[in-house]
Amino acid sequence: MKKTRLISIVLIAMMMLALVACGNSGSGSTGSSNTGGSAGAGSDTDSGSADTAAPAGAIKIGGTGPLTGGAAIYGQAARNGAQIAVDEINALGGVQFELNYQDDEHDAEKAVNAYNNLKDWGMQVSLGSVTSTPAVATTVKNFEDRIFAVTPSASAIAVTEGKDNVFQMCFADPNQGSASAQYIQDQKLGTKIAVIYKNDDVYSTGIYETFKTKAAELGVEIVSETTFTEDSQQDFSVQIGAAKDAGADLIFLPMYYTPASLIFQQAQNAGYSPKYFGVDGMDGILTLEGFDTSLAEGVMLLTPFNADATDDKTKSFVAKYQEAHGEVPNQFAADGYDCVYAIYEAAKAAGVTADQSVSEINDALVAQFTSFTFNGLTGNDMTWAVNGQVSKAPKGMIIKDGAYVGMD
Amino acid sequence: MSFLSHLISGVSLGIIYAIIALGYTMVYGIAKMLNFAHGDVIMVGAYTCFFAFSRYQQPPLLGVALAVVVCTLLGVGIERLAYKPLRAAPPLAVLISAIGMSYLLQNSAQLLWTSNPKVFPSVVGNGSVKLLGGQLSISVITLVTVGTCIVIMVALVWFTGRTKMGKAMRACSEDKGAAQLMGINVNATISMTFAIGSALAAFAGILLCSAYPTLMPTTGSMPGIKAFTAAVFGGIGSIPGAMIGGILLGIIEIFGKAYISTQLSDAIVFIVLIIVLVVKPAGLFGKKIQEKV
Repeated sequence: MKKTRLISIVLIAMMMLALVACGNSGSGSTGSSNTGGSAGAGSDTDSGSADTAAPAGAIKIGGTGPLTGGAAIYGQAARNGAQIAVDEINALGGVQFELNYQDDEHDAEKAVNAYNNLKDWGMQVSLGSVTSTPAVATTVKNFEDRIFAVTPSASAIAVTEGKDNVFQMCFADPNQGSASAQYIQDQKLGTKIAVIYKNDDVYSTGIYETFKTKAAELGVEIVSETTFTEDSQQDFSVQIGAAKDAGADLIFLPMYYTPASLIFQQAQNAGYSPKYFGVDGMDGILTLEGFDTSLAEGVMLLTPFNADATDDKTKSFVAKYQEAHGEVPNQFAADGYDCVYAIYEAAKAAGVTADQSVSEINDALVAQFTSFTFNGLTGNDMTWAVNGQVSKAPKGMIIKDGAYVGMD
Repeated sequence: MSFLSHLISGVSLGIIYAIIALGYTMVYGIAKMLNFAHGDVIMVGAYTCFFAFSRYQQPPLLGVALAVVVCTLLGVGIERLAYKPLRAAPPLAVLISAIGMSYLLQNSAQLLWTSNPKVFPSVVGNGSVKLLGGQLSISVITLVTVGTCIVIMVALVWFTGRTKMGKAMRACSEDKGAAQLMGINVNATISMTFAIGSALAAFAGILLCSAYPTLMPTTGSMPGIKAFTAAVFGGIGSIPGAMIGGILLGIIEIFGKAYISTQLSDAIVFIVLIIVLVVKPAGLFGKKIQEKV
């Protein structure tokens, strides 16, 4: 009995030790600066931008996004981008902002909890959610509570549908799907297209449906359509086999990069090397730990932001982001940055102040968003329709030697 | 030809379910409890190997050995902390404890290693063997998995059938009380079972992630559930049953995807399971034990 107790004590001690040792290295490597701990911050209501002192009379901006989980790269990027914009704006004087990002782990239920935390904190303007599935849930609350929202990157049509005070900085899914089909046709990238999409995900199916409609309109031939789900995203041999047997020369992948990385690997193992065309969810594949970037060589994607662009605004943003986070910002970071600036310009134009009520701010911002023109990192002369969708021009990108390069 | 290549995919997927199912069935057979944390022990094994092999550049065999040691200790630790105090409790309490353990492991992994996905480097490389003039390819990892699975199965059958410890395990599985009266240390036997089951989990984790190289804290949970299904399908408690069940499940899943619908593949798997259980409630290889009154 003594011996067994000793063993359990030793085991517990070992587990503790492992916890401490790895905990340190873990939070060091993720490089998240604004939230105190990285992964553990999920359920902690007081995380967010704890260490940036809030200026007096600041307008409280809240947002939810996957700061941990499989889609963490998007949430972290959007938050970091938004934080850079907030810091810049606060340094200018005038309208002041305070930013609070909460983790939703790309899960609708957690996102609603995070949203409620933000409301308790006193959120006056919302950045919605970063990814589509949670955003569909939280924007319903935005609409009910009359809290103005502009989401950096939740692209599903259901995010803005029927909600007069919810706007998107990114393309809506229908636009992504049809723009992709148009781009493939214009650039003559492929003649026989295969599509693999995730049929339990609103983002993936939304893009797929409009891609299919547009492709039929343009006469682009889709030779194979296969699906997978959250629970079956390991083995893609059947989907790849179907595309190969149908003689597809280009596979369209409306999905996030994690399953895409498996598809590249398994297609290579099967000795099949078509062209790949992705959407904004493909952004981030190059920073996936342990990923062999040569597998993604030649992968094309449509994204509104190009970190290689040479205009001053992009260069300054990229430099600041690299300094703070040690990596090149992706599209989501730029979207987050643009959202804050769009709110800033609208608030300035409408004379919004922090002591106004949430619904007053909401009405003033809605009026501005539907009438003004905004120039940001992700596009010039952006305008918003009453339905909340943005209109701007996409840029084609290709992965070359492990980096994103503009195609045009 | 595509039939053959689907068959190969099915076997490669199924053999991984089989190797996970061996761990489930082993523990169920002896301790009569469902160790739902098994899938998460697999994940811990995969992370251990990932850190040794990829982060610290150790040779793959050392990574595998380390993973086996860590998983064995973890398995025995889990048994001691979460299951042993509940040995006299109703089975439902143990089941809930196992589910709790599963979440504890998943969330601890998320805390320790963050939930950003990592790409697991295959311990045997990504080569493949071409057959019939390159029309068919079998990846090396599948061959290694099949080999490992057969070795493990034969070793387990030999162990439970021929060794003293193995006989003690079978005695415990039939009647704990009687086994104890015969002088068998039931607690030590059950701990031993967990040690073996968890060591198997380490192999399963490494082979799973070598074949499907995304590693996340939730990596083990879905394959764990599918493998549990495979174990039930083959007859839970039966070692060859777990292997055959796993392979059949993999083949059904791939064929369902290929010939019926990619949308319904999981539904098809579970419909087959329901049919099998309706026709043969003990599973394909399960023994129907007659209770003496």
